Amino acid sequence: MLRALKLEPEKCTGCLQCEMACSYENEGVFNPSKSRIKVFMFHDTGRFAPYTCTQCDEAWCMHACPVEAIVVNETTGAKEVLEDTCVGCKVCTIACPFGTVNYNSASGKVVKCDLCGGDPWCAKACPTGAITYVDGDHTGLDRMRAWAQRSQPVEASFNTPASKDVSSYQRA
Amino acid sequence: MAWTNKVMRVNLTEGKITEEPLNMEWAQQYLGQRGLATKYLVEEVDPTCDALGPDNKFIVTTGPLTGTMASTGGRYSVVTKSPLTGTVACSNSGGYFGAELKAAGWDMIIFEGKSPKPVYLYVHDDSVQLMDAGDIWGKSVWEADEILHKKHQDALIKIALVGRSAENGCLYSAVVNDLHRAAGRSGVGTVMASKNLKAVVARGTKGVGNIKDPMRFLQATEEGKRVLRENAVTGEGLPKYGTQVLMNVINESGAMPTRNMRETQFEGAHKISGEAMHEPRASDGQPNLTTNAACFGCTIACGRISTVDQGHFTIKNKPEYWKASGGLEYEAAWSLGSDNGVDDLDAITYANFVCNEDGIDPISFGATVAAAMELYEMGVITNEHTGGMAYNFGSAEALVHGVEMVAAGEGFGRDLALGSRRMCEKYGHPELSMTVKSQEFPAYDPRGIQGMGLAYATSNRGACHLRGYTVASEILGIPEKTDPLATEGKAELVKAFQDATAAFDSSGLCVFTSFAWTLDDVAPQLDAACEGGWTTEKLVELGERIWNMEREFNRLAGVTGKDDTLPKRLLEEAANAGPAQGKVNELGKMLPEYYKIRGWTADGVVTDETKQRLGL
Repeated sequence: MLRALKLEPEKCTGCLQCEMACSYENEGVFNPSKSRIKVFMFHDTGRFAPYTCTQCDEAWCMHACPVEAIVVNETTGAKEVLEDTCVGCKVCTIACPFGTVNYNSASGKVVKCDLCGGDPWCAKACPTGAITYVDGDHTGLDRMRAWAQRSQPVEASFNTPASKDVSSYQRA
Repeated sequence: MAWTNKVMRVNLTEGKITEEPLNMEWAQQYLGQRGLATKYLVEEVDPTCDALGPDNKFIVTTGPLTGTMASTGGRYSVVTKSPLTGTVACSNSGGYFGAELKAAGWDMIIFEGKSPKPVYLYVHDDSVQLMDAGDIWGKSVWEADEILHKKHQDALIKIALVGRSAENGCLYSAVVNDLHRAAGRSGVGTVMASKNLKAVVARGTKGVGNIKDPMRFLQATEEGKRVLRENAVTGEGLPKYGTQVLMNVINESGAMPTRNMRETQFEGAHKISGEAMHEPRASDGQPNLTTNAACFGCTIACGRISTVDQGHFTIKNKPEYWKASGGLEYEAAWSLGSDNGVDDLDAITYANFVCNEDGIDPISFGATVAAAMELYEMGVITNEHTGGMAYNFGSAEALVHGVEMVAAGEGFGRDLALGSRRMCEKYGHPELSMTVKSQEFPAYDPRGIQGMGLAYATSNRGACHLRGYTVASEILGIPEKTDPLATEGKAELVKAFQDATAAFDSSGLCVFTSFAWTLDDVAPQLDAACEGGWTTEKLVELGERIWNMEREFNRLAGVTGKDDTLPKRLLEEAANAGPAQGKVNELGKMLPEYYKIRGWTADGVVTDETKQRLGL
């Protein structure tokens, strides 16, 4: 099963635990400025939103790279940067429509989310469940469930074998 | 080690910035933040100096755990001598500024002297410079924050600054960071402005590394987060209702100071409570509360973000207030609400917005308005003084008038900006000032919570709930329940809370964690991060050392045992309602015992023996 990061902005409180976890895992230092996941704050509307690479199948960054420094990790599906190959040309940062590949001036290479090899630290660190790592084919399951719940009729339905009663369809 | 080992010294008189290593010997004795910065203050500042003169220093300080993954590890403090109380001042704030400063590589900034013209300090890692603040002087916190973000073309800078109230000399001005978090009490913002220092702008890209034992640190902080998550207060009550979870609880306990503390229960409490903030308004169908929000690193997220009804009289024609901003904490809801008899939730939310916008401590402001309302109803303060506004208890219009006037430094606002004690003295009724050491009370009536009377009377920064929050034990049963109406055992309880709080305040962590954590939970996190063998015992001793050091500074500043008292109203006028009805605060029964277990003389002076024991 391929898994994906599921981001739910409505659950985010802006604590930045994810940014610290990300920077610690990747750089060995608690340093939000070096995090590959970013939490954005929209002060005037009181909203927070975590954002990072969604690991496109047809990844613009990968296709744009002139030296093939961005490759697919077959286990996780993550598009990973090969540090030794990357020449720091930054073409991928232009190609990515979402801005989630960025240049790191300290190393002279680009950095992006690599799903921590299949155990993303941001998801582990998130205290509110705004970032989870779930079945990639069913990131919408919870939302579907919530809407399914709302679709129940107001009048309680009893689990009687009503399927043969055509009038019940008309009532709905 | 989790210290950066770097101190920045900024001589504002000469415009000179130097760097020096952190005194690591002191760090072992005073840890960081409150304790360590106070040590620097005590060593470098004459306690008798004019708090608003160039001889006072203004220290912005982080703790060892600031900027780390420890839950709530984003705190910073401002340490200076207070112009309001004349005592040591130490005000603590969350938001993101403290962690940003630490990530830029600084444990502490010591500002000295006074700049000849308005300036601000720009810190981008090792690149630091004083910059001209001519264009932001005279601007509110919100305006100046926006101008600075535009000027530096950097959305990621974090800013701590003062508003117009501080520039105008309001004695209880705050330092505000991230638009609505504040080092709020004791007039620390007034000191900042007195130095012609408008703002500190921080951008840090270094982060916090060098953790002593990283794996143990991650385990210890994870365990700490589990404890917070599973605790009813930090895991449920605070995220859902914020500190406003207390409004109904304290009111029911009969310890809700109401109408300048004349009464002990407020009939309108349920209208301004944390629960009420969730209720959709009749007017526009929206609740006052927009969302909860965390400070840096915090897994509790008690912060409130609120939106006022656009049709409300306070903001009807002011679209700049139609957006969401920092909402009510319990203390502010009390001071702006109950203490003034105002039960209009949106009005007090707006007043709170203005406090953030222009850097006003809402506790001291609200309590000063309460005193003004009492004086007005007595006929001492008249429409002539107020500029035609009727300052009756319950008047949301008067509250809003007051806060706008203090923000602008105009009219009756100049009287209110004196604080309760000086204003009441000016009008000939010092007995109506509900203060200790000239600082206004927070939201717990010591007639209904006896231990808080002792905590207020002996607090090193005047009346305050954040120096020894025995409410936790006396009302909430944390760590164990004591009888709020009893005096027995309270001396010991107050001392234990005061010392533990001093340790929390020196670590970089938020004291609100102590609803769930004891120092047993803090010690493993600190010890994994910092050299020095940080055990619970060492932290308890550290707290006691800090407390006595602060006490000595105050004594040398002329604030002594005779000032360890409460207003006559709380000692002689009985509570009028609730479980404490008929009770006064029995400070006299607790104070001598407190002095004794502190190891002080009968006059409340720290003995040589105690100093020696604590290595002072």
